[in-house]
Amino acid sequence: MRRGFALLAAAAALLTGTIAARATVIVESRVDDAVVAGAGMPRTLSEFGFFADGRGHEPASNVHPYALNTPLWSDGADKLRFIYLPEGTQLTADGEGLLQFPVGAAIIKTFAFGEGAARRLIETRVLLHRADGWTALPYRWNAEQTEATLALAGGRIDLVTPAGEAISYAIPNKNQCKSCHSKDGQVIPIGPKARNLPADWLGQMVSTGALDRVPNGAGRLPVWAARTATDSAAPLARAYLDVNCAHCHQPGGGASNSGLDLRWEQDASHALGIMKRPVAAGRGAGGHDFSVLPGQPDKSILLYRMDSAEPGIAMPELGKSSIDREGVAVVRRWILEMKTE
Amino acid sequence: MKRLILAAALLASAAPLAAETHRVEPGEGAAQRLQEALILAAPGDVIELGAGRFTLTDGLSLDVDGVTVRGAGMDETVLDFTTQQGAGEGLLVTSDNVTLRDFALENPKGDGIKSKGADNIVYSRIRVTWTGGPLATNGAYGIYPVESTGVLVTGSKVSGASDAGIYVGQSRDITVRNNIVEANVAGIEIENSRNALVENNIATRNTGGLLVFDLPGLPVMNGGNVILRRNLVIDNDTPNFAPPGNIVAGVRRGTGILVMANDGVLIEDNIFENNPTAHVMVVAYTQAFEDARYNPYARNVIVGPNTFGRGGDDPQIDGKEQLLEAFGGALPPVMWDGVVEDGNGLMIGEGVTGWTLNLSKPGQSLAEAQPAPLDLVPLESWGFPDVGAPAELEARLK
Repeated sequence: MRRGFALLAAAAALLTGTIAARATVIVESRVDDAVVAGAGMPRTLSEFGFFADGRGHEPASNVHPYALNTPLWSDGADKLRFIYLPEGTQLTADGEGLLQFPVGAAIIKTFAFGEGAARRLIETRVLLHRADGWTALPYRWNAEQTEATLALAGGRIDLVTPAGEAISYAIPNKNQCKSCHSKDGQVIPIGPKARNLPADWLGQMVSTGALDRVPNGAGRLPVWAARTATDSAAPLARAYLDVNCAHCHQPGGGASNSGLDLRWEQDASHALGIMKRPVAAGRGAGGHDFSVLPGQPDKSILLYRMDSAEPGIAMPELGKSSIDREGVAVVRRWILEMKTE
Repeated sequence: MKRLILAAALLASAAPLAAETHRVEPGEGAAQRLQEALILAAPGDVIELGAGRFTLTDGLSLDVDGVTVRGAGMDETVLDFTTQQGAGEGLLVTSDNVTLRDFALENPKGDGIKSKGADNIVYSRIRVTWTGGPLATNGAYGIYPVESTGVLVTGSKVSGASDAGIYVGQSRDITVRNNIVEANVAGIEIENSRNALVENNIATRNTGGLLVFDLPGLPVMNGGNVILRRNLVIDNDTPNFAPPGNIVAGVRRGTGILVMANDGVLIEDNIFENNPTAHVMVVAYTQAFEDARYNPYARNVIVGPNTFGRGGDDPQIDGKEQLLEAFGGALPPVMWDGVVEDGNGLMIGEGVTGWTLNLSKPGQSLAEAQPAPLDLVPLESWGFPDVGAPAELEARLK
């Protein structure tokens, strides 16, 4: 039966697409709860009604913009992040971990390159919290920047990164969304963990009733953009690895079989890769014996793979077509400063 | 408008009942069409790949239970990853009860097909080839099921893998049968897995033919109950081309079967020919480890009757000249490190000959070896558990 519904919904979406586009002119800035919580895969982003306008990303009501202390790096893309909560619902805190979302909520993330008027929206990824769990869908913006359409199979687009590198940027396919957003086979959000959200933003959310409370440990991850060269490398590096790597590299994650666990809360040195031999790294090992060799960043597989953009070697495997020089520099300093036994 | 609504109604009423076959032909937009088919498939559906060459710049993935992906044959339907730009493998499967059959992958940048947490998976007549031959720049694994219960790999062919052609890791209830693995570092590797049957395969021109490993520090350990029987293990003489750092980079050129650690391995009725270091090598894990759950010893390893041809005549071992002289020009077929936990190390059947390094503990330096002919009392008989994939997997191919 499920597929019958999905196809019907898709066909219905085709029908309503044009209507919805017209409707936004009249009934401005309301999210369509039936589309968010329904079973279909809407063909266009505008059908959700997350934004009053497309290109400007003016949020509709109950759509809350947010930022992360330490963000996932994606070829230097600017990220526009939003949480949608249906009227009368709220987020609940679960310690410093992932906020708990009501059914009907959505997380929206748009990837953009370029500043000001030159800003170009590339893709918008949505996570929809439906009755049967989270659904991840990728949408690709058109050249006119008027609409984003469902890109189930992902896609590629040539662009120049803020670092000036010409790359073939990869939009993930629907399954690849799950590759990162999965734990024990279920799709889950990654980013909005209390520890990685600014405490003042969480406070505002509480004051408007959109969150039940500000938990202990809120905002404890360092603010990546505010870091200085004299900051201790360890918290920065650990936050970076948590945000960029740990969604796969943790028990139940996509790379659980590696035995590498890069979560912020992991303290065991072997799980973090220190003196850990590779398992299935192949040429990703780069001739090195250990994931992390204290004091020896240039002999550490973890850094070698971060510092590569070549498929089969590069980590992360998805969402990266160039090297994050700043991330590499921080992790390099962490390994360099690590005490050798 | 009206027509569309009608169409939707028709679809809604017709779709759910029977499994469907979705055909994908190569050509313009094939990568996108194929990936969309993999996403939109319903459980039980068949995705049929037409004959020809599919050019893929990104990895494919399948996350729907019970889907069959079937090509027109391993030489007819080719997924060509030569220009791959992203992803760690050619095809990633993360759902259960999937059947992959009758197609090929060429030159994936990382692994060929990886199935993770994908229970009851069948790989049948799949070919994974790195067309440049054995090169360190090739991907690691050709066929790569991991963290799965119920694995059948049959009638498949892998060559050029810079780690293992067929690698089954952290899994259980496994059958690897009727495959050809050629010019890989390791032909077939069973790692940190239990209840595996490896039979009727041809392993040739690899650095090492068949490997059974148990490694520390992984979520799943305690590998064992592995049967290696009726395999043709010949001419495994390709110099090791694994990227350094990987465990298989330590495999010596010319190894037929290598057992490292593990509890319960039966080696019988294989044919060995021209494996210049050793037809069979049984050793403890040699490197330092800090994992209290891990047992580095090779335990309960039985070498029963096998056909041992020429071999051990050009071993990649320090002191080769003296050894060859001492043993009359060729080392006997079974090489053992002699490291025993409690008297349950290596056992042999009648007529099996070998030699031992006479080491006493895991990780001991080879410099302390005291080579000598194997002096074990042959077993008269032995029992071994029935192992392998559930029968349902084989039945799916009928």
